[in-house]
Amino acid sequence: MLEPIEVSAEELQHLVSERALKGETVLLNMGPQHPSTHGVLRLLVELDGERVVNVVPDIGFLHTGIEKNMEAKRYWQAEVMTDRMDYLNPIGNNLAYCLAVEALTGLQVPPRAQAIRVILAELQRISSHLVWLGTHLLDLGATSLFLYTFREREFILDIFEMVSGARMMTTYIRPGGLWRDVPEGFEEAVRGFIKLFPKRLKQYEALVTKNPIYRDRTRHIGVLSKEDAMRWGVTGPMLRASGVAYDTRKARPYCGYEQYDFEIPTQESGDVYARYLVRVAEMRQSLRIIEQALDNLPDGAVQSDDRRYMPPPREEIGVSMESLIHHFKFWTEGFSPPKGSAYAAVESPRGTLAVFIESDGTPRPYRVHVRAPSFANLQALPVMAKGAMVADLIAIVGSVDIVLGDVDR
Amino acid sequence: MSEERVSTVAMALARRFGGEVTQDNNQTVLRLPLEHLLAAVTALRDEFGFQVAEDITAVDYWQRREPRFDLVYQFFSYENAGLLTVRVAANEDEPVPSITAVFPGANWYEREVYDLFGITFTGHPDLRRIIMPADWEGHPLRKDYPLGYEEPQFTFNFDEIQAKKVRGRR
Repeated sequence: MLEPIEVSAEELQHLVSERALKGETVLLNMGPQHPSTHGVLRLLVELDGERVVNVVPDIGFLHTGIEKNMEAKRYWQAEVMTDRMDYLNPIGNNLAYCLAVEALTGLQVPPRAQAIRVILAELQRISSHLVWLGTHLLDLGATSLFLYTFREREFILDIFEMVSGARMMTTYIRPGGLWRDVPEGFEEAVRGFIKLFPKRLKQYEALVTKNPIYRDRTRHIGVLSKEDAMRWGVTGPMLRASGVAYDTRKARPYCGYEQYDFEIPTQESGDVYARYLVRVAEMRQSLRIIEQALDNLPDGAVQSDDRRYMPPPREEIGVSMESLIHHFKFWTEGFSPPKGSAYAAVESPRGTLAVFIESDGTPRPYRVHVRAPSFANLQALPVMAKGAMVADLIAIVGSVDIVLGDVDR
Repeated sequence: MSEERVSTVAMALARRFGGEVTQDNNQTVLRLPLEHLLAAVTALRDEFGFQVAEDITAVDYWQRREPRFDLVYQFFSYENAGLLTVRVAANEDEPVPSITAVFPGANWYEREVYDLFGITFTGHPDLRRIIMPADWEGHPLRKDYPLGYEEPQFTFNFDEIQAKKVRGRR
């Protein structure tokens, strides 16, 4: 049978207050398989009656050693693993990884591929926010919205399936461009979605925004001040709900985001309700970006023609001996970026997602590190939860929008 | 913040603390001696307006270089969107000063580096393993740690694998 792991009390004493040692407060274990922790997160909660004195998050239950595994794979194989980190944002993970590889190799991405990347990344943002909205409301006891948001998410996943053949683990964005051009019918499908979605979004808002129960449970709950949000490295909608108008897409543009006209929604109050308002407003802005990108979708290639890092086109292989050799060598040996390191950041639905790659000049990355937005955001949980009621803790954890695959990697 | 502005900040710090500035693809890298890390980081926050340590990680150059590790810090300034990369080299058993007193957000990142690389941070308020289990042996992201696999434990081989695990621990 399993042997208990021995951890001495002295090692963990500094995590709880003096009162807990005297037995005046209660230590409660929440998770790792509690439905409202959105995955496998364990919280050690110190309670004084119903008041939360302190929360100590315990993570690592979903650690799969992705960073270590990537060091053993070639650059194009390692990309497949990025899909599995933040499973609500695989397109965004691919994008961050590809941008880092492109910075290392100096690959130039054609404008058509840039625009399609933007469309897909924004669709992914909407689908991730829909999952968040449904599950967050589910935590608070509102079951019906969950069914609606998942119905709309299905439209987006169908578009992903159409372009890549997979609903979630797409690996569609590749270093130097895309896997292949979008199929016929892509534009109609996306236009159908952006025509339908604003109406649905209005329906959600009618259900939630002025709902007195929702407002009572979320306003002035889990307040994170502007200063705390910045000090703790919180990013994304949580930072914007605390009044900092920072968005990686505006501040450090990539994929041509500087051409698009969109706003950064912010709120001042920094509570759970503000985070809801920011995310809903963000979905509207994403629709605006998609519409602009579709209207100005350029024609042309979707892959770079830099043959040092790209495979030869399929039609050349049958007629050119050199291309056949190149094709064989590319898919067996891989490509070798020059020595050096690169760091590329994108705005994921949860905040700044960045990939750091160090190359030693071989076809395998020497070190890959992912700056996961949920990791930093979860770190601020004790700051928000101190003094809250234990029932509010559920609302606060939900409002962080953590994905444990992203936290643990 | 333009690239030039970040370079100016990096140059000023390099002059003051005896560092070196290089351009590495899209990063402006300031390499500092380990003993001046804390002073330089404090100056970054107080004088140059970098509010957040966006990312902290390490690279292991086992059998390639001495000192063995490089710590890679990414500092970010919200006001002018400047990103500065700071690198310090550390030996295997050399403790690194913790920057949590300056940037509280560095807390979990330093724990992660401690957990996966075995680099200790002095002055860290809660230096425990964060991702691996508390009784884990070794530091997985070191280059001398092999990429292994774990045999899945089912009911039919539960005791057999458990016996191996217990033996391994002792």
